[in-house]
Amino acid sequence: MNPVWRWFHQLGSPPYFYRFATRWMPWFGISALLLTVIGMYLGFVEAPADYLQGDSFRIMYIHVPAAWMSMFIYGVMALNGAIALIWRIKLSELLFLSCAPIGAMFTAITLITGMFWGKPTWGAYWVWDARLTSELVLLFLYFGVIGLASAYDDLRQGARAAAVLALVGVVNVPIIHFSVKWWNTLHQGETVRIMGKSSIDSSMLWPLLIMALATKLYFVFALLLRTRSALAEQERGKQWLREAMVEAA
Amino acid sequence: MTALRPYQALLARDLRLAFRRRADLLLPLGFAVLVVLLFGIALGGTPERLAPVSAPVIWVTVLLAGFLSLDGLFRPDVDDGTLDQWLAGPTSIVGLMYAKALAHWLLYGVGLTLSTPLLAMLLNLPVDLLPVMLAALAIGTLGATQIGIIAAALTARLRRSGILLALIVMPLYLPLLIFGSGAVDAVRLGESPKGALLLLAAQTVLLLTLAPPAAAAALRIGSDNPP
Repeated sequence: MNPVWRWFHQLGSPPYFYRFATRWMPWFGISALLLTVIGMYLGFVEAPADYLQGDSFRIMYIHVPAAWMSMFIYGVMALNGAIALIWRIKLSELLFLSCAPIGAMFTAITLITGMFWGKPTWGAYWVWDARLTSELVLLFLYFGVIGLASAYDDLRQGARAAAVLALVGVVNVPIIHFSVKWWNTLHQGETVRIMGKSSIDSSMLWPLLIMALATKLYFVFALLLRTRSALAEQERGKQWLREAMVEAA
Repeated sequence: MTALRPYQALLARDLRLAFRRRADLLLPLGFAVLVVLLFGIALGGTPERLAPVSAPVIWVTVLLAGFLSLDGLFRPDVDDGTLDQWLAGPTSIVGLMYAKALAHWLLYGVGLTLSTPLLAMLLNLPVDLLPVMLAALAIGTLGATQIGIIAAALTARLRRSGILLALIVMPLYLPLLIFGSGAVDAVRLGESPKGALLLLAAQTVLLLTLAPPAAAAALRIGSDNPP
């Protein structure tokens, strides 16, 4: 078998995943922290102020990576939900459940930082723009997934029910986005653009890319951490878990 | 025609059960009138202030009133074991979902749409907006019912589902609401409501295609994995 495929199949086995997570988690965590510090320094200290927005544009270095992650994590979550529903892989159920709170956190960060940026720039904390509204709906989709999963007494049933909801959300998010867009263009001629056609200068772009990479690494770190804990809880009392914990200690 | 027998039977049963408790059938209408009353009072009750917001208020009211009936959609079938009989039997669950959704829409969607003139009167909705309002509501409630059966199926086996059901359903109602009240707004502004109504219908067709299979999958979750 192709070694990549074999590794992928092995990752579905709880003991293998547990050891893999224990080994790699610190590396992802440390590199995410380092890149965040570098990205923050470059973005908040080194990068020049925007000629139009002044210093308020620097919120972008948190806001934009968080917004990317809010959608990226929903994709990862829905993919794991589909795998859990189709192939009934236990680990995918746990990965699916672990994605939801991380994604909800990034969505909340996006909304809150966006509001702080919107006040000086647009003059209002909230504007009924297509992006803002879809992001808010995305937050509620995350809440729905978390709420539904935790309402079930049985963890696996809860995960599968929430996975159905996440897949319904995948179909609906584009519809919601485009319908809000259509609705807005009907009512107001102007559209609020976060960035126009003007290209971003490289001194401003680099910190953004570094922060985007840092949030990705943080996501992997948080996902491994949460899934590993959930796995330990689900498999408690098993022999392999005891051995793996002794190894790790 | 024998192939459709089980679905017809389910549809007839749901309608008959609803008509045996006629008082329950009128509850959503009572709720809708109460919500309209609250809005009317809060907005000060003057026709000049009510007329521009009457169409959106009616939309929200109808969606809320229909939403209230969702909790009871599958619960009796779960409690008396009917659901397990369906799942064990040879009948297509997806087909049963269509029957269930049709019954729900006939009882609540059509019922609430037909009572809209009353709500419109209370809110001083301009009379020339009423036809487009009724058309949009008839199409939109059919779509809302489809979203409702997914959410009801996902929460059917839970002991309590009230606020969770709202959390699942409300965000998904958004596109229906946008085009539904968009159609009415178009007429108010002197434009053709055709585009909004067609997009509303397109969504409803998409929901009719995808929602019953999703609801069927959701109902199977609780049964094939005994704790």
